[in-house]
Amino acid sequence: MATNSIRLQAKFKDGLTEVKALINHPMETGSRKDLKSGKLIPAQYIEDVAVLSNGKPLLTAVWSFGISKNPYCAFQFKGGKIGDKIKLSWKDNLGETDSAEVDIKE
Amino acid sequence: MTNLPRRSFLKGTLATGAAAVAATVLPFSAMADWPKAAFEAKTVEDAIMALLGSPDTVVSTAITIEVPEIAENGAVVPVKVSSTLPKVESITLISEKNPVPLVAQFKFESDAVQPFIATRIKMSETSNVVAVLKSEGKLYVARKEVKVTIGGCGG
Repeated sequence: MATNSIRLQAKFKDGLTEVKALINHPMETGSRKDLKSGKLIPAQYIEDVAVLSNGKPLLTAVWSFGISKNPYCAFQFKGGKIGDKIKLSWKDNLGETDSAEVDIKE
Repeated sequence: MTNLPRRSFLKGTLATGAAAVAATVLPFSAMADWPKAAFEAKTVEDAIMALLGSPDTVVSTAITIEVPEIAENGAVVPVKVSSTLPKVESITLISEKNPVPLVAQFKFESDAVQPFIATRIKMSETSNVVAVLKSEGKLYVARKEVKVTIGGCGG
C-alpha cells in the first residue's frame, strides 16, 4: 500500500470550498522503455478516485494513464463548513491504494 | 515504435488491469467501476458511446475549456473545464489523437459540486481536447486545439 502519496487541501472562501489534490504516482502508460535495460516499464496508473465530505460522496473519477504523472486535480463545491472532513482515496490498476483526510480551512 | 505493436500491447495491459480490478475488493464503496471498454475505444465517438451510452452530443458554447495554445511538453498539459450548464452530472476529458483517447471522467456525486474541474493531461500530438458534459440527461460537447511540440504519451 502506498503511503503519504497525497497532498490535499480544502479551502473555504466566499461560500465555496475548493479542494486541491496532488498525488505522487508514476501514471506509467506501459509503452515507455527503461533507458538502461531497454525493457518496457509495466503500466501503472490510477483508475479510481473518490472524494468524500464527512463521509458522503462529492466526486468520483475514473482515470487512464492519459492523466499526467503526479496527478493534479481541483474542484469546488458549495455548502462546506470550516472543520468538515474531506477525504480523498485512490486505487491503481495494480491494486495499490492510498487515502488522505483534511479539515476544511479558511 | 510503430503503432501496431504498441496498440496490441496497450490492449494486453488494459486486459491485465481489468483482471486486477476484478481480483481486488474495492476499498471504498464510493468508487465507480472502471469502464474498460470506454478506455479501450480508439476514437472519440466510440469512447463517448461506450462511456456515456449515446453518440449524440450537442456542441455547446456554455462550456469553457482553458488550455495552453501551445504545449511544449505534451506530458503535462494543464486543462480547466467550467460551464454554465445546469445540473452537470459529469465532465469527461478526451484527447482526440491519443492512443487511448479517453483520459478521464469526473462524476459529481452531489448537487453542491460546481461544474468545474482542473487537472493535467498527456497529449501525444497536436489535437483537440474534447470536454463532454452530461446535463439533465443530455450530452454537450466543446473542443479546443492544443499544439503539442513534444508528445507526451509513449517512450
